[in-house]
Amino acid sequence: MIDRDQVLHVARLARLALAEDEVEPMARELSAVLDHVAKIRELDLDGVAPTSHVVEVTGALRPDEPRPCLPREVALAQAPAVSDDGFLVPSPQA
Amino acid sequence: MSGVLELTAAAAVEQIAAGSLSAGELFDAYRARAAADRDAAESGLNCFTWVADETPAPAASMDAPVAGVPLAVKDLFCTEGVPSQSGSRILEGYLPPYTATVVRRLQEAGAGLLAKTNQDEFAMGSSNENSAYGAVRNPWDRERVPGGSSGGSAAAVAAGLAPWALGTDTGGSIRQPAALCGIVGMKPTYGSVSRYGMIAFASSLDQAGPLTRDVRDAALLLRHMVGRDECDATSLHFPGEITLPSAVRLDGVRLGVPEELTGEGIEAGVLDAFRAALAQAEALGAHVSEVRLPHAPHALSAYYVIAPAEASSNLARFDGVRYGLRAASSSKAEDPSDLLDMYTRTRHDGFGAEVKRRIMLGTYALSSGYYDAYYGRAQRVRTKISDDFRSAFDQVDLIVTPTAPTVAFKLGEKTSDPLAMYLNDFCTVPMSLAGIPAISIPCGLSQGLPVGLQIAGPAFSENRVLDAAHALERSLGFDGASARV
Amino acid sequence: MEPQPVSEPARTPQPPVGGPIEDDLYEPVIGLEIHVQLATATKMFCGCALSFGEPPNTRTCPVCLGLPGSLPVVNARAVHFGLMIGLALGSQLAPRSIFHRKNYFYPDLPKGYQISQYDEPLCLGGHLGDVRIHRVHLEEDAAKLIHVGASGRIHGSDASIVDFNRGGTPLAEVVTEPDVRSAEQAGEWLKLLRVTLRQLGVSDVNMEEGSLRCDANISLRPAGQEELGVKTELKNMNSFRFIERGIKAEIARQEKILRGGGHVVQETLHFDPASGAITSLRSKEEAHDYRYFPEPDLLPVAIDQQMLDAARADMVELPAARAERLQSELGLSADSAQLLAFRGELGDFFLAALDAAVDPAPPAQALANWVTGELAPRLGDGDADAAGEDDADAGSSSDPAASRVQPSALAALVGLVAAKRVSVGAARQVLDKLVAQGGDPQAIVAAEGLAAIDGGDELAGIVAAALAANADAAQRVREGNAKAIGPIVGHVMRETKGRADGTEVARLVHEQLGA
Ligand SMILES: [Mg+2]
Ligand SMILES: [Zn+2]
Repeated sequence: MIDRDQVLHVARLARLALAEDEVEPMARELSAVLDHVAKIRELDLDGVAPTSHVVEVTGALRPDEPRPCLPREVALAQAPAVSDDGFLVPSPQA
Repeated sequence: MSGVLELTAAAAVEQIAAGSLSAGELFDAYRARAAADRDAAESGLNCFTWVADETPAPAASMDAPVAGVPLAVKDLFCTEGVPSQSGSRILEGYLPPYTATVVRRLQEAGAGLLAKTNQDEFAMGSSNENSAYGAVRNPWDRERVPGGSSGGSAAAVAAGLAPWALGTDTGGSIRQPAALCGIVGMKPTYGSVSRYGMIAFASSLDQAGPLTRDVRDAALLLRHMVGRDECDATSLHFPGEITLPSAVRLDGVRLGVPEELTGEGIEAGVLDAFRAALAQAEALGAHVSEVRLPHAPHALSAYYVIAPAEASSNLARFDGVRYGLRAASSSKAEDPSDLLDMYTRTRHDGFGAEVKRRIMLGTYALSSGYYDAYYGRAQRVRTKISDDFRSAFDQVDLIVTPTAPTVAFKLGEKTSDPLAMYLNDFCTVPMSLAGIPAISIPCGLSQGLPVGLQIAGPAFSENRVLDAAHALERSLGFDGASARV
Repeated sequence: MEPQPVSEPARTPQPPVGGPIEDDLYEPVIGLEIHVQLATATKMFCGCALSFGEPPNTRTCPVCLGLPGSLPVVNARAVHFGLMIGLALGSQLAPRSIFHRKNYFYPDLPKGYQISQYDEPLCLGGHLGDVRIHRVHLEEDAAKLIHVGASGRIHGSDASIVDFNRGGTPLAEVVTEPDVRSAEQAGEWLKLLRVTLRQLGVSDVNMEEGSLRCDANISLRPAGQEELGVKTELKNMNSFRFIERGIKAEIARQEKILRGGGHVVQETLHFDPASGAITSLRSKEEAHDYRYFPEPDLLPVAIDQQMLDAARADMVELPAARAERLQSELGLSADSAQLLAFRGELGDFFLAALDAAVDPAPPAQALANWVTGELAPRLGDGDADAAGEDDADAGSSSDPAASRVQPSALAALVGLVAAKRVSVGAARQVLDKLVAQGGDPQAIVAAEGLAAIDGGDELAGIVAAALAANADAAQRVREGNAKAIGPIVGHVMRETKGRADGTEVARLVHEQLGA
């Protein structure tokens, strides 16, 4: 139902590295779940509205009033790599 | 000393308020027990990922409504300066700079943070075997799972290592472990408890709730959890308040039994205990009848599209940039540590197998060309399931089912078959999709292991659900003492 | 910021910079997408104050850092501003709109998705000038990536740091229909949009600082053909000059391909204003799949009557409408009307001055000339050419409302000039005083002795003396050389310290010379 190429494509979208020996079991397990899930394709759902939220109200908005920010050292405290007061990452263009 | 540990939370509150029990002594007694379990390695239950190393300063006022009662909190609730790892390697040692709204509310109500409890990674699992910090054992039988994902919370309360605990429920993650551990667990109406500070699994389904020794404690804890939070746009003002249940009869209460959730796939011993409890309910004056939930058999399929889809997006923030794990640079010389490499290997190394599976499943279900067939359809099934409940509640006041299809199963028994594991949520997922309140109470034993009974009601019918659960609980007289350490 | 390739950007051949070949074989079809940073106090989904150059990572909180467990809550004023933009553009305002998640990985996107709007935006349709609007939606801005070069800490490769101060700033994205046909038209239209947004007060609209950013979708089709060609998307141009040059360069590039019999490839491009080069931002195999789905953390935004009323109440007269009114109701020249309409602060001052009860009252056109030609330059010519060529932005210093000159004072001064009670030259001196220290023009005139010398004997005497002192010039005027009057008038002005009325002086000169 879902093949090796699809698994690799989805893994790439999800930014998940898969070791060579993880690809085939992933394809098998996903296929098993998708086979089960595919039963909902048999239902007649014409004209049925989708439910995104069970809450039947509309969103409360927030007044445009400033709240205190985190001190920078707190914001950076849990980062794996920090430099010059910012979060250090490999350059996207590298 | 062990006497105080036998008290329900409600009883402890009363004794502390009356001055006959010291909050500090109570906390110390629990802290010692929890620390012993943490330190026991293989011989313990592995309920906790963190235990307080000192007794917190007493609540500002001893009049606070739950003053002095220690609280165990599922790992995925952010607690400022206290490890909050959601059972994942990717958040190992993560110390949040803020505390989840519901935890803060309970602290303001006088509860002291006793411990963080083990869980399935990012709340994905029904056995607690998906924790990066080791499986939790069921206090009724240490070779068996406690259920999940709030398995640490359930096992801790069942074993008497904590008076009560917070859990979260996305498709059954409070109710199913409560059932497998012989305690009470309640998932309230979606939106009634703030999700702010709960590390998200599936945003449209996640709800916090209590795991307690009895129904009264569940009501007491929930009473101080509910309420609108301006930090959570999906949270709602709870109409009225949660009252402490006192009902002992079920006269005139109409209980509906959906045939779709009480037939095939439910273990015989579980069904026996369930039927016996129904007979008891009738003896208390309830009127039991059949109701239909025609789309309930499809709930699991819809759930295993919607929850992974939301999770795949919710877990995208774990990218090695601002917190948590970052994989070391690749050793392959020709492949320098570029951004893509950092992302993919951080997430490969940081997430466990089940989390990866669900991220893959959810990413696939949302991806171009598949959205309508999977996510779009699942959302429509969700609408049908809500409609089913609405019709059912035109005929009955409450719906009752077994909570889980089986009693606690053996560690490792289902780890190799994801689909078999997912079937644990068969009876609990429909209520999650509909966002309605549901409680699990222990209703008997099968093979010497607890069986859970689920009672569900319409949105915001928490008090009605708690009252019925209370009456039934008293009448059933389930004794969980043998699980306590 | 949009996702960028994790692989080396593929260089496309560099076209010669310059306009397209001008034989109208191909017609450019251009649609614009403009990201407007909204001038709210706080971010789109959290209470962090917006950042204006603060030190990196000092304007963050759990929400805009994407910390585990944090949740977004919509800023009411961002919705309010979005509605005002929709009203200004004549859009349909959706009674119910939905936020979606746009999923992709990039270090400036803390949650791994941008909260944006997808198939149910806040505003649909409308137009500004001759360009139709497709939609306007709300979303959050990305953080800022700062390239820091090679870093020892990341294994010998290039590194960047992320500053989340800007992350989460509210944006309104305005998307036009493909109604633009040239680079120049794009530039002109953007200036109209900018002045409209500025007038609404919903944005600082400062391109250099990134509060207004433009992408252009560009395609070419054979002239006369209905069907659209393959389009490319030119990203993130941050000045009017670059927008025009970038679009021109891309039109030229596509035209060259088509004339050579080739095919334009649909891709996202970056224009480098320094080199004139256009580079591809994404390699082809990196197909983007944003996996949009409704944001489960936010409920639909419902626009009720109260919100609509509030947005309407905050609407101001927009430039196009004001220009029309100034011309038709007040009889101003087209140029004056345009200038006062497009520089809202001048227009507001003008209208306030016109409303002032002063006697003698100033004629509207004269007042307009004084506001735009005399007052504005004295205040620092912030944006005199907002409707013209430059990118310069109006500094607050050029706003007359912030100056010491009261609208009623300018009105009084211009009234005195019109009644010939103060000469133009003297009035300029009075205005210098007003700009420097404020005050009442009548009082300054009296204190400085600047009242006009009317056509009485005194002025006639001074003219006679001037003729005597400039006999040569007087002779040439007598002989019909009109220009020769200059030194004579200059003499009179010097003698009267500019208080004499130039026209009256000229009349007296001619009278006395019998010429
Ligand atoms: Mg955008
Ligand atoms: Zn913030």
